Amino acid sequence: MTEQKMPSMDPFDRSSCEKTIHELYHFLAGELTDAKRKEIEFHLDHCGPCVDIVSFESDLRRVIADRCREQVPKGLRDKIAQLIDHELDASESGA
Amino acid sequence: MADPKRFSDDAMVHADSLYAAALRMTKNRSDAEDLLQETYLKAFRAYDRFEEGTYLKAWLYRILTNTYINSYRAKKRRPEETDVEDVGELYLYRQINALERSGLARSAEDVALEQFTDDQIKEALESLPENYRYAVLLADVEGFSYKEIAEITDVPIGTVMSRLSRGRAALQKSLAGYVQEWALVKAEK
Repeated sequence: MTEQKMPSMDPFDRSSCEKTIHELYHFLAGELTDAKRKEIEFHLDHCGPCVDIVSFESDLRRVIADRCREQVPKGLRDKIAQLIDHELDASESGA
Repeated sequence: MADPKRFSDDAMVHADSLYAAALRMTKNRSDAEDLLQETYLKAFRAYDRFEEGTYLKAWLYRILTNTYINSYRAKKRRPEETDVEDVGELYLYRQINALERSGLARSAEDVALEQFTDDQIKEALESLPENYRYAVLLADVEGFSYKEIAEITDVPIGTVMSRLSRGRAALQKSLAGYVQEWALVKAEK
């Protein structure tokens, strides 16, 4: 049997860029294994264009999350609190 | 067993984020308010079955999801089965670069992402078919892990990943429309 070696990314190889882009969102979402994450970080230490792309996508992700924040209207928050208090009272008096 | 007296303190901290999800899914304030209220009431009634130490926010989302599917999606004549066109990776980034090369956008600042308004991002997200929209929302807005999303939406993790990759791409395509408008406005000046 031939020696088994984990394929590792050569940061200067063009296929490393493709791999980085392909895994980009999983990378940003923190969903990669340590080994894969380190490979991509190593590539990013050596590849300016990929750093640009990663920072663009990371900014975009943050902007999307920021722009979607909402606040529960006070009236609704109070109403839910009341409903729960009511349920709590009912369950206590029933117990 | 979780103590029902602690329910309000523990669960209400997630209300804003659940409300945001309810709004994006129902696309309607009054339905979103009803959905949130119903979710909290159901969660309270089931709270004695909530295992302490597990992730309360994910548990609440699971209830919100089921409530939405049972009460709101059922209202529609038939569920959305629309698919999204696969536009590939980095759609927005490539579009912006193309605009720059064509001279329509002078620099990246012309199309700074900060220019996106709340309404634009919300509209772009709401334009996605439901399953894609929900996956993107849970992952990229709420920061749930793929595994948590699989549990919340009750689909295999592979399905979550494919919905995410296509949903993210479709969202970028939708946002690219705004970027093109900015470039045109700039060009007219």
